[in-house]
Amino acid sequence: MSAILDVQGLTISFPGMRGGFAPVRDVDFSVNRGETLCIVGESGCGKSLTALAVMGLLPQRAQRAARRLTFGGRDLQGLSEREMADIRGSRMSMIFQEPMTSLNPAYTIGEQLVETYLRHKKARRPEAVDRAVHLLERVGIPAATGRLRQYPHQLSGGLRQRIMIAMALMCGPDLIIADEPTTALDVTIQAQILHLLKSLQGQFHMGVILITHDLGIVARVATRVAVMYAGQVVETGTVNEVFAAPMHPYTQALMRCIPIPGRTRRGEHLGSIPGMVPTLVGDLGGCHFRNRCTYAHDACVGAEIPVRAIHDGRGYRCLREPDSHGLDGLLPDAHGGATHGIPA
Amino acid sequence: MTAACGIDAVLETRDVHCTFQVGAGFLKARRPLRAVSGVSLRLYKGESLGLVGESGCGKSTLARILLGLQAPTAGEVLIDGQPTGTLDQRAIAKRVQPIFQDPYSSLNPRKSVEDIVSLPLRVHGLGGPADWRRKVAEMLDLVRLPLRYRDSFPNQMSGGQRQRVAIARALVMRPEIVICDEPTSALDVSVQSQILNLLLDLQKDLGLTYLLISHNLAVVEHMANRVAVMYLGRIVEETDTESLFRTPRHPYTKALLASVLTPEPGLGVPDTQLGVGYPNPLEPPSGCAFHPRCASAMPTCSGVAPAPRCTGPDELVECHLYSDAAPRVA
Repeated sequence: MSAILDVQGLTISFPGMRGGFAPVRDVDFSVNRGETLCIVGESGCGKSLTALAVMGLLPQRAQRAARRLTFGGRDLQGLSEREMADIRGSRMSMIFQEPMTSLNPAYTIGEQLVETYLRHKKARRPEAVDRAVHLLERVGIPAATGRLRQYPHQLSGGLRQRIMIAMALMCGPDLIIADEPTTALDVTIQAQILHLLKSLQGQFHMGVILITHDLGIVARVATRVAVMYAGQVVETGTVNEVFAAPMHPYTQALMRCIPIPGRTRRGEHLGSIPGMVPTLVGDLGGCHFRNRCTYAHDACVGAEIPVRAIHDGRGYRCLREPDSHGLDGLLPDAHGGATHGIPA
Repeated sequence: MTAACGIDAVLETRDVHCTFQVGAGFLKARRPLRAVSGVSLRLYKGESLGLVGESGCGKSTLARILLGLQAPTAGEVLIDGQPTGTLDQRAIAKRVQPIFQDPYSSLNPRKSVEDIVSLPLRVHGLGGPADWRRKVAEMLDLVRLPLRYRDSFPNQMSGGQRQRVAIARALVMRPEIVICDEPTSALDVSVQSQILNLLLDLQKDLGLTYLLISHNLAVVEHMANRVAVMYLGRIVEETDTESLFRTPRHPYTKALLASVLTPEPGLGVPDTQLGVGYPNPLEPPSGCAFHPRCASAMPTCSGVAPAPRCTGPDELVECHLYSDAAPRVA
């Protein structure tokens, strides 16, 4: 399986700002067709900037550097802004958190959908309109033809996010990057949107990068997971590997912070991570997590911690031995313990 | 008004309604929006009642009514059996305090932590500057915020620290009841757990009573001992947390629970089959408000609104599927 997107050694810095602010440091990941990579982390870990860097949408003053940044075998680093604009919205599209701010309030849904298609395809307007109606139906919007004449403010949040998905699909992209696509939505709508995204991914055989802070979404949606902390990817693996036996102390700590039915007992203390994320200025001299880590020792200070690879696609950025890890009884069996009382 | 379990409710609503007149558009007549329509709830001392529902179901309006910030259009709110209609806003504020979702907007950015936390004392004219200073130190200690933050401003603090300031402000009057409206929704996972732990400790130490409004059902399951589910202004199911999560009865509760993405790989994303949208509260569906989205809807559901059925003390379900249960005793 060849990766549709391959990123190695991605670093984003803002030169001159606060003495060399570098919010993303040496990030590696790849996405294959038909799979969902979830990038999970807390605010400020660099997950959104990573996505913007791939899309070529970083702010002007940001500097992007990478050992490798290829999309469909093509090196993105040498491309001009114009060439990048041809790819963006066509071969790779992005879905943002708040659909109200990413849709233009002054244009109808139809105009915005059609515009994307006409920008990238040699097509006439009626063909673009047909495609828009077709996709609105595919994303589950009833009375699609009528919706084309509506403005974003006339739609609910869930419908607007469906429109965004339809817009992302207009040109049949190879990769969709969704940055917290359901954070602003109710749980019921969240489940619907993610269900839709998963089924469309299968039908269109796309790669999907889903950026989220929600471990529940990761568990249910991801094929593979990249956990980010303070600008670095600290752990990667398949969703089952990462949830069954998290290797990095940060991943382990994060999983102890959330209430999990069947594991956490009502009213008992949840795990927490003391301390604060370091400021990502200059050389941090060692492990970024060491100040909050229960296992930190002298060796964690000094040189950058290398990624320890267990096998292809599974690795973690920590000096600890693999067999000393694992969280016994952290999570109930995927199909046993926690039933949550959810009716089948 | 004694409850079945023999404990008196510290806070109670009796058939509370709240209707807003909203403009439907340019040159159109204003129409009524029933944000809350007939809610009766009891909050017992020392418990945590979870209130869940989608946005627009009226849970925040209900919170504002309980805080005395919004007068109900009909029905009454009682604190320790005394109707709040007879109390003034300050008397209510002494007993009931809020913690809001967004510590970024609920704290005045121009005021120091000291000013923010001591404001309720100053408003109520309690003590002098020396007392305020002592009280603030006490409160910061209580929410485990180092004293050096006393002179800081909100923008110098992290989200978790700001939420601690908001909690300190809520507790400085030593209220008995705290209305937590999405207290951790704006926070990161690792910070959320710290705030939840703090809320649990404070409840134990100070004997607080919580109404916990949240869309995060995992949080509600962890924190609350009873849960009420709200849909379009009405409580459609109410029971203890254990039963609600183990054997949800109302089809809406079932759909809501099925939508929760627990961190269990391999289960995939459920297809909730709820239809595309929450109904427009200006045009509520006929009969049972949930029937257009309900998987178990029957012909009668579109015509007749189900009556609330009491199935035990403080246990209620409002659905035609359970019409054989005993009707609610008024």
